[in-house]
Amino acid sequence: MFDALSDRLRDALSRLSGHGRITEADVDAAMREVRLALLEADVNYKVVKDLVGRIKARAVGADVLEGINPGQAVVKIVHDELAAILGEGDRTFRISGAPAVIVMVGLQGSGKTTSSAKLARHIVRQGRQPLLVAADPYRPAAVDQLITLGRQLEIPVHSAPSGTPVVDIARGGIEMARRTGRDVVIVDTAGRLTVDDALMAEIRAVCAAVAPTETLLVVDAMVGQEAVPVAEAFRDAVPLTGLVLTKMDGDARGGAALSISAVTGVPVKFMGTGEKTDALEVFHPDRLAGRILGMGDVLSLVEKAQETLDSKQAEQMAESLRKNSFTLDMWLESMQQLKKMGPLGSLMEMIPGLGGMKDARKQVQEAEERGELRRTEAIIRSMTPAERRDPGILNASRRRRIARGSGTSLPEVNKLIKQFGEMQRLFKQMGGMGGRKGIPGLGPLGRR
Amino acid sequence: MTEPLSTTDRAELLAGLERSRTGLVGRIRSILRQASDDDAWESVEEILIAGDLGASLAMGVVERARERRDLPPDLALQAELIDLFAPRDPTPWPRKPAVDVPAIILVVGVNGTGKTTTIAKLAWRFKSRGARVLLAAGDTFRAAAIEQLQTWASRIDVPVVAHAANADPSAVVWDAMDAAVARHTDVVIVDTAGRLHTRSNLMEELAKIRRTIARRIPDATPEVMFVLDATTGQNGLMQAKAFHESAGLTGIALTKLDSTAKGGIAFAIEQEVGVPVLFVGVGEKLEDLIDFDPNAFAQAMFA
Repeated sequence: MFDALSDRLRDALSRLSGHGRITEADVDAAMREVRLALLEADVNYKVVKDLVGRIKARAVGADVLEGINPGQAVVKIVHDELAAILGEGDRTFRISGAPAVIVMVGLQGSGKTTSSAKLARHIVRQGRQPLLVAADPYRPAAVDQLITLGRQLEIPVHSAPSGTPVVDIARGGIEMARRTGRDVVIVDTAGRLTVDDALMAEIRAVCAAVAPTETLLVVDAMVGQEAVPVAEAFRDAVPLTGLVLTKMDGDARGGAALSISAVTGVPVKFMGTGEKTDALEVFHPDRLAGRILGMGDVLSLVEKAQETLDSKQAEQMAESLRKNSFTLDMWLESMQQLKKMGPLGSLMEMIPGLGGMKDARKQVQEAEERGELRRTEAIIRSMTPAERRDPGILNASRRRRIARGSGTSLPEVNKLIKQFGEMQRLFKQMGGMGGRKGIPGLGPLGRR
Repeated sequence: MTEPLSTTDRAELLAGLERSRTGLVGRIRSILRQASDDDAWESVEEILIAGDLGASLAMGVVERARERRDLPPDLALQAELIDLFAPRDPTPWPRKPAVDVPAIILVVGVNGTGKTTTIAKLAWRFKSRGARVLLAAGDTFRAAAIEQLQTWASRIDVPVVAHAANADPSAVVWDAMDAAVARHTDVVIVDTAGRLHTRSNLMEELAKIRRTIARRIPDATPEVMFVLDATTGQNGLMQAKAFHESAGLTGIALTKLDSTAKGGIAFAIEQEVGVPVLFVGVGEKLEDLIDFDPNAFAQAMFA
């Protein structure tokens, strides 16, 4: 996520490192790269212009503190500006009311129905009782889709016979919620083009009729320059309270999030990060700004771990990340825990220092998808406790025994031991980066 | 399906692209006819970027157009844009290798681009031209995707081969090929689940579907249609590259061009991946899928 953008910014700004102070010529060169990188990340061109202007004004003649090189100083400025834009607005998710009503709106194919189901699941986890309302009578089988998802999640779905006006479907959902004691109603509406006046009038009428506490615009992270006009059109039609940024598990750079927040002030509240119904994350602007700059995100990792694991395991995991000690046992254990938490790739991304390690991450993800992690597990399980503590003792005969015991081959065992050595080295590097204050990840950046 | 599909009704294209066109090229033309100084060209570059052409490509096009001395500025820009299009194959699409071998169209793309709707439009088009059409419900993953295809099929009155949800898509395709041969079908259109191009196992699944087709009908010459949402930004290029690599694309359908989106990423894809845009979706009705011809498109843009 945002890989290419962070790579570009790193490349652009690394040229600034090694100088004594920031000159205007330095900044001009870097800003051209920043502009290009942001544009290729689909940040709206007007937003880019504005952003680059602000970054430049702050960068030229900025006080360069002792111990920080000019490149780091500019990275900090860029980081702050991105975080400021992403952090605009009120990100509180409001589900008070009897019942609270959430209306999902957006273009066709942005992921409204899937996001509705994910949101319902998220709300259940908060101890509430949602009801889903299938208010898309246009797309064939859209109602079936929501009913299927509702059945999977054991969440009731309100639907109406075809021909029922959409406003009546929504009202019927609220009545059903009151009757059956459900306290949050999620209305999944049809995808619509902003140029379709009739459908825009319809969504306006739905919102007027059900007075939602949250009206969420669902936006595909892969959207380009259209993000801003689309968001503006929906904002003008309905009382938008937030965005759900979907398909963030791909490699879209997701400049849409920056653009929409910058222009409309509507904050991102959730991110969709996978096809399964648990792949919804609460949005944290600081963290995303950090990710944009490839700084990683230990906090998200720990939080995600806490939700899935019991807190003791989570603590141990965070502890092992903080310390430099990483053993084969930990690897084995974390693999099992990580599997519970979803694709390894998205977790690896959150680890500081790994943001730039696209290839390594891709390899792990692919290994998982090919089922290689099962073989890895088998190999580690075939080792003695002593071997797991100290892989240094693994001589040829031990390796052959492990290969036989795990039903794998000697080259596979060798490969795993090599991989583990690399991971251990990586964790050591991360440990050397220092505390959470300052800007994590700048160490390797400055050295480039 | 006897006539070539590349004949373009220019008026239809013009009307369909009206929204995408206004604000993009209209503005470019008026700018370049008034002046062609640095400011004018910079505005043009911005308009192209705003149309999702991509910053590097937009800068390159403007730079080359500025250097041309053979044409006035607006026509130079038009010529440079036309140059980005991939070469067109004059053979009718989809290819039908022999009388008793069906033409096959495998429809692929990321989630939510409009694959199923595009399939319905294609099926309607071929059927209304007298072809026997068969659909294969290869999206066994997304909830109710099979029902969505079946609903369309019954509206158009074409048969569908479908298995239960979560079945192996290759098995569906195998059965569809069987049915196509038995029924002397002219065109089989295979729906597939939307997949992010970064999911290597799902991309491998597409290659497997292709192998299944080749095993069941060795003479088949499947077309692989990449469905691209016109609102897609620069990620579209990465999508196209990944799908091309694993499934071998032979054409693109650019959907949702009836929005305000300009679909400029298609230029970048044609230029870099070399796969032509064959159809554009300009509305929700079955007849709203029209043939795409680059020259007519460029002329329409600059009309």
